[in-house]
Amino acid sequence: MKHHDIMPAGQVGRSVPRLEGRQKVTGRAAYTHNLVLPGMLHAKVFRSTIPHGRILSIDTSAAAAVEGVHRVVTGEDLRAIVAEPYFGPAFHDQPALALDKVRHIGEPVAVVLAEDPYIAAEAARLIVATYEELDAVFDEVEAMTSSAIVHDVLKPAGTFPDLKHLVGKRDTNIALDYQLRRGDVDAAFASADHVYEHEFKSQQVMHTPLEPMVSLAAPDGDGLLIHTASQSPSFVRIEIARLLGWPENRVRVKVPYLGGGFGAKLYIKLEALVAILALMVKRPVKLSLTMEEQFFTITKHACTFRIKSAVSSEGRVTGRRCEVYWNGGAYADIGPRVTQKSGFTAPGPYDIENVSIDSYALYTNRPPAGALRGFGIPQLVWAYESHSDMIARDLGLDPVEFRRKNILREGRPHATGTLMHDAEIEGVLEKIAERMNWSAPFDRGEGHIKRGRGIAIAFKASISPTTSVAIVTIAADGCASLAISTVDMGQASDTAMAQILAEVLGLATEDIKVIHPDTDVTPYDMATLGSRSTFHMGHAVRLAGEHARRQLDELAVSLGYAPGAAYAPRDLFKKKYGMQAGNIVGVGSYIPDYTSPAPKTGLSDNITPFWMIGGTGVEIEIDTQTGAIKVLKLINAADLGLPLNPKIVETQLSGAALMQYGFTLFENMLFDEGQLTNGSLADYKIPGLNDIPPVIENHIVDARQTTGPFGAKGVGESATFGVSPAIANAIHDAVGVRLTELPLTPESIFNALRAAKSQAGKA
Amino acid sequence: MTIPVSLVINGKTQAFDVGAHHVVADVLRERFGLTGCKVGCDQGVCGACTVLVDGAPVTGCATFMFAVDGREVTTIEGLGLDGALSPVQQAFLAAGAFQCGFCTAGMILSVTALLLRDRDPDEATIRQWLAGNICRCTGYNAIVEAVRRAARQVAEAS
Repeated sequence: MKHHDIMPAGQVGRSVPRLEGRQKVTGRAAYTHNLVLPGMLHAKVFRSTIPHGRILSIDTSAAAAVEGVHRVVTGEDLRAIVAEPYFGPAFHDQPALALDKVRHIGEPVAVVLAEDPYIAAEAARLIVATYEELDAVFDEVEAMTSSAIVHDVLKPAGTFPDLKHLVGKRDTNIALDYQLRRGDVDAAFASADHVYEHEFKSQQVMHTPLEPMVSLAAPDGDGLLIHTASQSPSFVRIEIARLLGWPENRVRVKVPYLGGGFGAKLYIKLEALVAILALMVKRPVKLSLTMEEQFFTITKHACTFRIKSAVSSEGRVTGRRCEVYWNGGAYADIGPRVTQKSGFTAPGPYDIENVSIDSYALYTNRPPAGALRGFGIPQLVWAYESHSDMIARDLGLDPVEFRRKNILREGRPHATGTLMHDAEIEGVLEKIAERMNWSAPFDRGEGHIKRGRGIAIAFKASISPTTSVAIVTIAADGCASLAISTVDMGQASDTAMAQILAEVLGLATEDIKVIHPDTDVTPYDMATLGSRSTFHMGHAVRLAGEHARRQLDELAVSLGYAPGAAYAPRDLFKKKYGMQAGNIVGVGSYIPDYTSPAPKTGLSDNITPFWMIGGTGVEIEIDTQTGAIKVLKLINAADLGLPLNPKIVETQLSGAALMQYGFTLFENMLFDEGQLTNGSLADYKIPGLNDIPPVIENHIVDARQTTGPFGAKGVGESATFGVSPAIANAIHDAVGVRLTELPLTPESIFNALRAAKSQAGKA
Repeated sequence: MTIPVSLVINGKTQAFDVGAHHVVADVLRERFGLTGCKVGCDQGVCGACTVLVDGAPVTGCATFMFAVDGREVTTIEGLGLDGALSPVQQAFLAAGAFQCGFCTAGMILSVTALLLRDRDPDEATIRQWLAGNICRCTGYNAIVEAVRRAARQVAEAS
């Protein structure tokens, strides 16, 4: 089917320029970063200097005495407003300021409020806290058995049925244990021609949105107005209302554009603290984190993945055991969801009869980890696609051919039992192979410059079940406004949603006004995460548009138009109300069907509404004298259904790939006994223009999501999946050493080369 | 301690007193409402706060205000004439060279400074010049395309 068959109005599928483009190139786009309110106080946080301990005392007297300081607040002070100020999406485990205990270095312990941010920062330095230090645990595997217990008792939020068995559990760091059992994996190992077992590690990294996290709360009548750089305004409202014991409608959350999110600004972060502070001092309170403070607030899970495969001599994988340990840091955030929702894809996009998965969310005394562009998938792919190449090479099989033998094809059951549909795993693999010119001879370099190439393919299940609601208002002149709580953090959701609505209503995309999240006005949306908006909110917008359209059609008939006759909406209003007056309001609400995984087996016949498929191919060059690595070519391919906006999709692909590229080659949060030693962009390097490959290709694989709005589905994360293992596979191809820990630095390559050389010398 | 300064901001002379600790980005944003200048890393590394001082790119978060006394400061709000976009702004718009937009003003000002020096920069020069402006979203391809487009536009106009 061609685009125009299902998109006759030509709004969808067109590379419409971003609606907010002019605002952004003139520096006039609105961000919470810019917001100033009359009477506003600036908050500066004083943070823990130890990884784990009981708070003995907090001396705020010197800070309070600084001229210009309005007030200094500790965790105990917050109890005057909220008796139990603990928040979180999966567990109510995180205090707005530390209470009784601190659990990681950098945890907020007290806060200074002042009209001048410089004074707040100076005064915060004068706070002195004393602690009784406790043993700490930093490693995710050690946390399984450590006597250092991060939380005395587990406090799951109760909103998730699969967390209920954890209520009140003591003396454990395991915040969630997800398991899947399919077939008989032990029998598969017993009868296998070959068994391979490897362990892979991913490091802790940070999103580093260029607009650091920022929230501002202001008393508003008998309620509260929160302006926040958040990806989930609806959740913020619900969680703040819960903390305060208020109905949702007393909390208003507004979100303008975000200066990047990538998962850092999800659920609830600074909002609980500023909300309580604003109620306490009865003035607006703004908390703007520095780049360094972001590293203490949310990160990407470090991860250990042990993977074991049973393989026939022909190269068919017959069984796979996955043990995945997620380092969630001191607070659960959304880690338990990552553990389960990504955990069930741990065996990879392969057709394997016998599968066993154990995926553990672990508390440690590191900064908390949550969602970061891929929701755990890149950590899994790093392991299973490195493992794929290791098996293929040991069996003397071509890595592409090995994958061809094993990939999940249309209609085959995934490990959960869900049948695969609209998942172009093959299409992505073949596109990468084609663009890499895989079957042609390859220049392997000469002298101390060696060349290699590698590929990786992967998939992700959309997180389910989640809800989106949209409201369309048609004004009496026929123009349309779209009220949605999807947050445009750069992915161009405003534009994409306007395209969908324009397509349904027969208007021009550029004429649609998208109303930014304001929970007094825009309806519920689960969150802007996990590449879910195009599919879920896209459907809600489509439904809202169709609802409005139906009402216009009915109005036309009631005014004497023949059914199906053309009309101009403005004429209908004029005829009905005698002047330019009135509205038509269309509402759309969408939640996909879903079957929860069975508790013991993890099986489900409907585990996700759609699959995202991504693949990567790279050509690299290594200087064996120094270990220096250059990526010469980076090829990204994804099945994203039919692209709503090809141009914007392309920047989503290249941006996602480049982000994972940084996580692969150099980004790494370095710790010394729980103390982060490189928490700034001066020390923690992210990719700049000089670091990126000279050739980057982005390919949209021919596909259509039959259940998606106009054939589309999500794309924001797909190009992250394969980058790390593709590069590791290319390193092996070039110089014959296998790296199993990220990042893949010149130093680690050089050390591996030296180790291989000394090994060869001994033999 | 405050220091009297007098300088030109976006073509207009401004004389005022600043604290010795006040940096250009804070003063532009808070005193003059020029919020196109963004503070990202606050260490002079990411380039989001880039403004032009006598036509040269400067990190506004790492430059004291008193240090630009007597100079000419241009922010994103000072580009373009009478509401029209400058050639670099037009090129960024046409190339779709941004996503979240937080780095965009600094990026556009850096490119403006580059084209003031080199009307026809090659790829290596573009990459080198913009290495101090970090974009976490786009993957940079579209930004390089925007620079080439702007250079063409400037060449055609002159």
